Amino acid sequence: MDTQDSYNYKVVRQFSVMTVVWGIVGMSVGVLIAAQLVWPELNFNTPWLTYSRLRPLHTNAVIFAFGGSALFATSYYVVQRTCQVRLAFDRLASFTFWGWTLIILLAAVSLPMGYTTGKEYAELEWPIDILIAIVWVSYAVVFFGTILKRKVKHIYVANWFFAAFILTVAVLHIVNSAEIPISLTKSYSVYPGTIDAMVQWWYGHNAVGFFLTAGFLGIMYYFIPKQAERPIYSYRLSVVHFWALVSTYMWAGPHHLQYTALPDWAQSLGMVFSLILLAPSWGGMINGIMTLSGAWHKLRHDPILKFLIVSLSFYGMSTFEGPMMAIKTVNALSHYTDWTIGHVHSGALGWVGLVSIGAIYFLIPKVFGREGMYSTKLIETHFWVATIGIVLYIAAMWIAGVMEGLMWRAVNSDGTLTYSFVESLEVTYPFYVVRLIGGLLYLSGMFLMAYNVWKTIAGPKMVNAAIPQNA
Amino acid sequence: MSTAWSWYVIILTLANVFGCIWLIRWTSKPKVGEVKTGDVTGHVWDETLQEYNNPMPRWWLWMFYLTIIFGLIYLALYPALGNFKGLFGWTSKQEYQKEIAQANAAYGPIFAAYAKTDIVTLAKDSDAMRAGQRLFLNYCASCHGSDAGGARGFPNLRDHDWLYGGTPEMIQTSILDGRRGVMPAWGAVLGDKGVDEVAAYVMSLSDRKADAALARAGKARFETFCAACHMPDGKGNQGIGAPNLTDNIWLYGRAASTIKQTIRDGRNGVMPSHRTFLGEDKAHLLAAYVYSLSAK
Repeated sequence: MDTQDSYNYKVVRQFSVMTVVWGIVGMSVGVLIAAQLVWPELNFNTPWLTYSRLRPLHTNAVIFAFGGSALFATSYYVVQRTCQVRLAFDRLASFTFWGWTLIILLAAVSLPMGYTTGKEYAELEWPIDILIAIVWVSYAVVFFGTILKRKVKHIYVANWFFAAFILTVAVLHIVNSAEIPISLTKSYSVYPGTIDAMVQWWYGHNAVGFFLTAGFLGIMYYFIPKQAERPIYSYRLSVVHFWALVSTYMWAGPHHLQYTALPDWAQSLGMVFSLILLAPSWGGMINGIMTLSGAWHKLRHDPILKFLIVSLSFYGMSTFEGPMMAIKTVNALSHYTDWTIGHVHSGALGWVGLVSIGAIYFLIPKVFGREGMYSTKLIETHFWVATIGIVLYIAAMWIAGVMEGLMWRAVNSDGTLTYSFVESLEVTYPFYVVRLIGGLLYLSGMFLMAYNVWKTIAGPKMVNAAIPQNA
Repeated sequence: MSTAWSWYVIILTLANVFGCIWLIRWTSKPKVGEVKTGDVTGHVWDETLQEYNNPMPRWWLWMFYLTIIFGLIYLALYPALGNFKGLFGWTSKQEYQKEIAQANAAYGPIFAAYAKTDIVTLAKDSDAMRAGQRLFLNYCASCHGSDAGGARGFPNLRDHDWLYGGTPEMIQTSILDGRRGVMPAWGAVLGDKGVDEVAAYVMSLSDRKADAALARAGKARFETFCAACHMPDGKGNQGIGAPNLTDNIWLYGRAASTIKQTIRDGRNGVMPSHRTFLGEDKAHLLAAYVYSLSAK
């Protein structure tokens, strides 16, 4: 029963279920726009169905609706369990759920209508920006309020990462969204030209660093040791990689603006710190994977553990790829090509997606008071369908991207370009089809998950866990 | 940037890099009263969560140090620390200029040689035309189409209809200096009825079906307002780029509604200048290529 003597699972349940729902919505839009790149007719000559309007809807839905709900659900669960105390401010926690849901609905309406600030991953217009700020500050109050009234002395490592993610995203969002409204639906950034671009990518890169990395490392640090039933590999490693990660990430944004009007010194700094970021990023992967030492056999039978551990492999891969792509020489080849799309999706589908899915499979039976998920076999199937989907997706985008990069720079003996742009577009078509198939596989995995979650919730109920008293 | 900002950048950057080194060394040191290496630290969360007091993997530390050393060397060699220019004195602007100079040295003579041949002769040289087509596909095709067939608002370059003239010299001038084709908006002057009448007359000039009464009324208006540019017979004036209205070629589309829109709201056609971008030699070759398209 939901009382002050028990954990607040209601808000965790709400966000957990919505993670699955928004995952399906966001990824369906992704599959549609992937199909539009193969068959442009699929926009049906309707403005709100065009790629240009649905692409920001896809990114916002998967990052902030799917990823955001996963982060809310897991952080609310983890902070209660590891502080051994009920979530602070029940009603404010409930407000964060309904507020976040309202924001997502407003995004789902305003983006297809064409209202946009034009800033990537920050497209929502100013009234929604204000609502996001209010909900986010409420989230911080609930989270830190819970930390403050904790019944254990030390703050668990997962909570450091959640804390860094919540604080930094608040700062990023408020600074980057500083804009002057000219009407209810249109505003202009307060920053001029190049400064605007730099602020935008300082935001954009740290959205990756704190929303999609630090937050999900928080998930990793709770759910992997829980599911593997093993202690975290190294306390020292977690200290070093946490502080190095949060300080170094802050500088890496300019690598999105190599070879642009951004001053040379800023471009160099972005590249240097992106390279230094490699080791701190890998620290999390090592700590997660090494936690399994002595328990590797569990991987064979436990598909939830498979999701969690394989997500770390993709995390390691994309955090190696990222620093490499930040090197100016490599960037000259990779920038503006589909390689970037492949890189993003190895992080998004592989790391963020798989770790969230694993955590939600763990959470659902716990917070709904069920013995376990309805079908372990379906989880296993989901894992393989998703993994094959990711491999198809990123391999296709790597090949397409490197091909584009090479074709764009190829010159004839007289210095003229060997290929026109449209020729490079033509050769990517087969790979766009492969990408679509990969995306479809990943999406179909989400439907398996939805069915499994549905059957679990509809199944027989157990009693809610009581809070253990501190010794 | 000002000296103060420069120092701000330098200090923050170095503090972060050296801070990482300090962090590694401080964390590696054994603390008073801590458990043995390889044991759990003794803290427990949520009934089962614990942490080992294991050292950081050595290979990982080496990787960390190596990226930091690389970073420090790079910061010394390249511009990064505020106003410090770096020991190499490298700038992206210099590198760009160097690449352009190299390209001009390597490829310039090829186009200079083409430029010595007059356009009419050059248009018959198949090697030159292959090079010209490559230029066209990269610089012109995005508007005029890869087959030079044009698009709405962008002239077809294969027909014999020329806005500014199809002589080699005129084509070259269009490429080098660009063109601005301005048709003023006549909606306020003519009114809706006047626009309908003029449109009907313009369509009748190309022998298209049009309401005879409207066209008759439009003729008088045409002579007053349009003939100055399009000439009394409607055949246009290449001196100012006023299109020929009698050849049934429609730059913005042939529908009656489109023609009315053109008259009512005017048009602004822009061909950008390529003189500084491509240079005269390449423009010469391109002019020959465009000339060859309709000279066949």
